[in-house]
Amino acid sequence: MSLFKVENISIAFGGVKALNNVSFEVNEGEVFTIIGPNGAGKSTLFNVISRIYQPNEGKIYFEGNDISKVAPHKISSLGIARTFQNLELFENATVLQNLLLGRHIFKKTNFLNEMFHTPKVRKGEMEHRLKVEEIIDFLDLQHYRDTLINGLPYGVRKNVELARALCTSPKILLLDEPSSGLTNEETNDLGFWIKDIQSILKITIIMIEHDMSFVNKVSDRILALNYGEILASGLPSEIKEDAGVKAAYMGE
Amino acid sequence: MQLIQLIIDGVASGCIYGLVALGFVLIYKATETINFAQGDILMLGAFVAFSLIGVLGLNYILGFVLTVMIIAVFGFFLDAVVVRQIIGQPAFATVMLTIGLGFIFRGFASIYWGTDIFSFSTPFSGKITEVGGLIISYVNISIIVGTTLLMGILFAFFSFTKIGVAMRASSENQLAAYYMGIPVKFIFSLIWSISAGVAAIAGVLLAPITLVDTSISLIGLKAFAAAVLGGFGSIPGAIVGGIIIGIVEQLCGTYENYLFEGIREISAYLVLILTLIIYPRGLFSDKAEVKKV
Repeated sequence: MSLFKVENISIAFGGVKALNNVSFEVNEGEVFTIIGPNGAGKSTLFNVISRIYQPNEGKIYFEGNDISKVAPHKISSLGIARTFQNLELFENATVLQNLLLGRHIFKKTNFLNEMFHTPKVRKGEMEHRLKVEEIIDFLDLQHYRDTLINGLPYGVRKNVELARALCTSPKILLLDEPSSGLTNEETNDLGFWIKDIQSILKITIIMIEHDMSFVNKVSDRILALNYGEILASGLPSEIKEDAGVKAAYMGE
Repeated sequence: MQLIQLIIDGVASGCIYGLVALGFVLIYKATETINFAQGDILMLGAFVAFSLIGVLGLNYILGFVLTVMIIAVFGFFLDAVVVRQIIGQPAFATVMLTIGLGFIFRGFASIYWGTDIFSFSTPFSGKITEVGGLIISYVNISIIVGTTLLMGILFAFFSFTKIGVAMRASSENQLAAYYMGIPVKFIFSLIWSISAGVAAIAGVLLAPITLVDTSISLIGLKAFAAAVLGGFGSIPGAIVGGIIIGIVEQLCGTYENYLFEGIREISAYLVLILTLIIYPRGLFSDKAEVKKV
């Protein structure tokens, strides 16, 4: 059964049709990659999925429920997490604080308890901290725990954003160009981590990516977009041979 | 001795500036807009307290709490209904809007309550205490103690509570806050609500000194100077900025003869200009330090 389904999504900005009748399904446990030249509508699609943009037409289903009308701040409690192409971290906070914010949706204590920092609150904080430490170990961030984000190199920041998304204990993870700005070595590491997230944490991944060798290495299925329309979709080997995709990338 | 006396008076009026400045800072940090109606909200607070305590004859504490609640709810809807409509417009639009709102509030107050000067009795009015030769009025004590308590509560609120942390997160990065499950728009309205509530507290505490009329909204101007002086960044900065201006104003007023006539009225802005020449970012700029909301 498909975990995530997008049905006939269309969205226009003024006269520009950014997405035109796009539909696809993502199965539980797979790495699903969206590719396409610049301006193909990949990021728009992501912003529609994560509810920043309201589509003109179409519906989005997650675990069989229609989430097309859900407010953006409710998305993470449904179990959908995302990272951003240009990083959206809390710059003046430490890595640990950023990750702890990922646990925000799970805090159930009430206001007065928090004001007086009661044992119940302390117990909750400890549980959240343990979860965060698991993720820190998973992504090798031990070294940076108490460093401010604005003092970190770009590659580490990308990693922190991934970690923060994982801290929300998602069922599905949306990655917007996870390898952009990374060195070859960092991209290699990322490949292993994505495989680990898939196999160990059992999280489904939808990702936008440009680096084709990276895409072919980690993806189970690929969707190619061009000018807001679906060009092709299928296994990496099929996409590689697809005439339309070749034309879009290389020119006619 | 007289100097200490003056400083105490200055700290008290400075606390009021600081509280209003705090409202400026909270809203600016979160939404990057400046609410120029902050002083007018203080005025509304004083008037509502006058209606509840002076006219309806409610108990002071009850009247105080009710006033703060009413103004806080008012602040919430001010953002949710009016200010939110112009999100995405140039910053200038918000400036014009809030200045306009200030005029409306003042106009409403003079229509509804009239242009007379009102007062209502408080448990602090007219009482003084003597400590080692210093004469301290209960009103001043109430202002200083009230401000200190409020600062403590706000500190705990922003440091320990889920919603306080959500506010800091929303101030820092709206998009990321959304994906941490924080309802950012609601949080922004809450920040307006807190700012309005704090202004109302300042208004009620101030009422025994300045009495209640529409001109007290002008405190907003000096409070703005205090906020800039404090670096427009941190809560402590706003309060310290307010206190500095309060003390300088008090000293200038008393030693006017040695300086020049009327210096009291412009002292707040003189301090501001002099400080900005030396520290262009204000005293407590938040650059390169952890954001304190």
